[in-house]
Amino acid sequence: MTNLSIDALAPNRQEPSPGEPENWWRFFTFSTDHKVIGIQYIVTAFVFFLIGGFLAMVIRGELITPEADLVDRTVYNALFTMHGTIMLFMWTFPVLNGLANYLVPLQIGARDMAFPRLNAVAFWMVPLFGVILMASFLVPGGPSQSGWWAYPPVSLQNPTGNLINGQFLWILAVALSGISSILGAVNIVTTIIRMRAPGMTFFKMPVFCWTVAAAQTIQLFGLPALTAGAVMLLFDLTVGTSFFNPETGGDPVLYQHFFWFYSHPAVYVIILPVFGVFSELFPVYARKPLFGYHFVAISSFVITGLSAIVWVHHMFASGTPGWMRMLFMASTMLISVPTGVKIFAWVATIWGGKIKLTTPMLFALGGLDNFLFAGITGIMLASVPFDIHVNNTYFVVGHFHYVIYGAAVMGIYAAIYHWFPKMTGRMYYEGLGKLHFVLTFIGVNLNFLPMHPAGLMGMPRRVASYDPEFAFWNVLASLGGFLLGVSTLPFLLNMISAWVQGDKAPANPWRAIGLEWLVASPPPHENFDEIPTIIAEPYGYGKNEPLTAQQAALQQLASTEVA
Amino acid sequence: MSSINLDSTVNTAAEASHAHHEEGEHRLVGFIIFLLSESVIFLSFFVGYAVYKTTALDWLPPGVEGLEVREPLINTIVLVSSSLVIYIAERYLKKENLWGFRAFWLLTMAMGSFFLYGQAVEWSGLNFGFTDGLYGGMFYLLTGFHGLHVLTGVLLQAIMLGRSFIPGNYDNGEVGVIATSLFWHFVDVIWIVLFILIYAWQ
Repeated sequence: MTNLSIDALAPNRQEPSPGEPENWWRFFTFSTDHKVIGIQYIVTAFVFFLIGGFLAMVIRGELITPEADLVDRTVYNALFTMHGTIMLFMWTFPVLNGLANYLVPLQIGARDMAFPRLNAVAFWMVPLFGVILMASFLVPGGPSQSGWWAYPPVSLQNPTGNLINGQFLWILAVALSGISSILGAVNIVTTIIRMRAPGMTFFKMPVFCWTVAAAQTIQLFGLPALTAGAVMLLFDLTVGTSFFNPETGGDPVLYQHFFWFYSHPAVYVIILPVFGVFSELFPVYARKPLFGYHFVAISSFVITGLSAIVWVHHMFASGTPGWMRMLFMASTMLISVPTGVKIFAWVATIWGGKIKLTTPMLFALGGLDNFLFAGITGIMLASVPFDIHVNNTYFVVGHFHYVIYGAAVMGIYAAIYHWFPKMTGRMYYEGLGKLHFVLTFIGVNLNFLPMHPAGLMGMPRRVASYDPEFAFWNVLASLGGFLLGVSTLPFLLNMISAWVQGDKAPANPWRAIGLEWLVASPPPHENFDEIPTIIAEPYGYGKNEPLTAQQAALQQLASTEVA
Repeated sequence: MSSINLDSTVNTAAEASHAHHEEGEHRLVGFIIFLLSESVIFLSFFVGYAVYKTTALDWLPPGVEGLEVREPLINTIVLVSSSLVIYIAERYLKKENLWGFRAFWLLTMAMGSFFLYGQAVEWSGLNFGFTDGLYGGMFYLLTGFHGLHVLTGVLLQAIMLGRSFIPGNYDNGEVGVIATSLFWHFVDVIWIVLFILIYAWQ
């Protein structure tokens, strides 16, 4: 009787679930398994990351000398346009969607997402609009040259006169990306609202799920505004309406409002899940509970709320009236409060902990460090007089690359290393991982730190040639850029060789607390044999309390048997 | 110990019987979230319209006086009252009166189609086009985008009507019917705002 009960209650440690498809080609099919889709997202996005990174290295190659000598100026415009578009719409959003797809159902104790088929549709749109965007390299006139923000009237120019031109394909790709993201957001938010396991209240949810919910909420209210602007821009470009065309009475600044109403919050779509990753990793590798869990969780939604009322700080130099500048300066500075709450909570989590400097922890610490720097320059930029002084200079470029690469990409690397054993069932190579970290951390700072002095000296952005007085800082930045290119090599080598022939990973290699670590690595089809019942808050490090009712029953059973 | 085992068996049995119902509720929640998101597109267009109307130097294209209100008002009344009709249809479905449901559901579709027809007649009688200034652009953008939603609504209703003929299909209620009806109310509310902006505020 007793033995029978143990068997019924024991988590599925021994036998993998029957019907688990172990064939590699499932990653190339229309699979509806959230774990397959998650990996599909991550790998696809990384391919585009390499393409976007290659374009960045051509840009840095051009900028290593003051003259425009490596590429033609129009090619240079196309390069930075495509670099920005690819990195945002085809790398950061998809890779974070991949992490959310893989982790959210596991962390909340669900068998899959709420809408598995919709999930697959949303993913397969990514390669589709990726191909559309890449096709713009092949059309006459080349890709869009109006930057990833595509401000009219520049974006309304159509020198070749073709209907299918680079800008047209750009709008099409961005619109499809928007549809894919909205479908994904509907799915993820519904999953978090409806699919939580018994006992998994909102305040027992890991912070990663909180931050993903907060980020996807931004997608839901922000993306439609960008879509509206994109539709109007498309009509202006193709059929000759006059919404944004100043020559026919249109208002180009209205487009800027539509664009930034989404695209500033989009930064939080990127950084919020990375905050979630930090919140997951620091407790594991410092062996302490997350400090101020409730505050860290709630501040995510405070950021979501504030993110909707800061967008005009991108337009301080667009003829914005004075009262509006003051208002948006204040709201922008306010956002440093919830982010500050998080940073202090992480520092307090690490403080006095037994810190284990594994690769994911190193990336998380490096990301936190870079984010702090980016946050400080962010507050500098929020102040109107300073912003107008450095408007359109490399100071801005340096600031947001510290956010996007220094904090977000490093946080994404941290997440990939941390959950790699779970996703693949193999251990990565620690030495290669540490090499990757050192190259990345030095590369980020060498690449983006010199942009700040160059910007303060007045070097304008989006130019292929510049005054020789900026040359020193640009040589440094270019060397950093090439170093970042090199840094992906140990990562790729590590991932591929570890996946093929790495050591088998146990279910919980980091002694981490969380539902995803209670199942086998990789998790069986449909994740859980029996849906767990959650009885404890997350991050119970050092408390030695069971997380689920099933664990508690097992422990009780063990103690009675010993007695 | 055995009680826990019993619980888990009961849970699995309950899970199986509620699985269909649960999934339906997920769909409804997802659909409502989608509609909320969709409403922001309309909101953006509305804000754009208001900004243009209050700031544009040449709002009306030359030779355009404004819009006739009488026919659009009839159209509005038909569309808005169809919200009530679709509600009655839903009530019949709840009482498991399938033919009552079908009759009022079909009436809703007829009213929606009448609205689309009226819209088409209005468009063909206008002396300005999509590219005639900001006014023409915004007018056709708003009414066109809304009309697309009405068309989608009527098509969804047609699908739901067809599915009501599958025997036993709607015995436990139907999420698709609830969702379609929600969508229809949404399209109505959008039209009321649109009517106020375009026709009432001239």
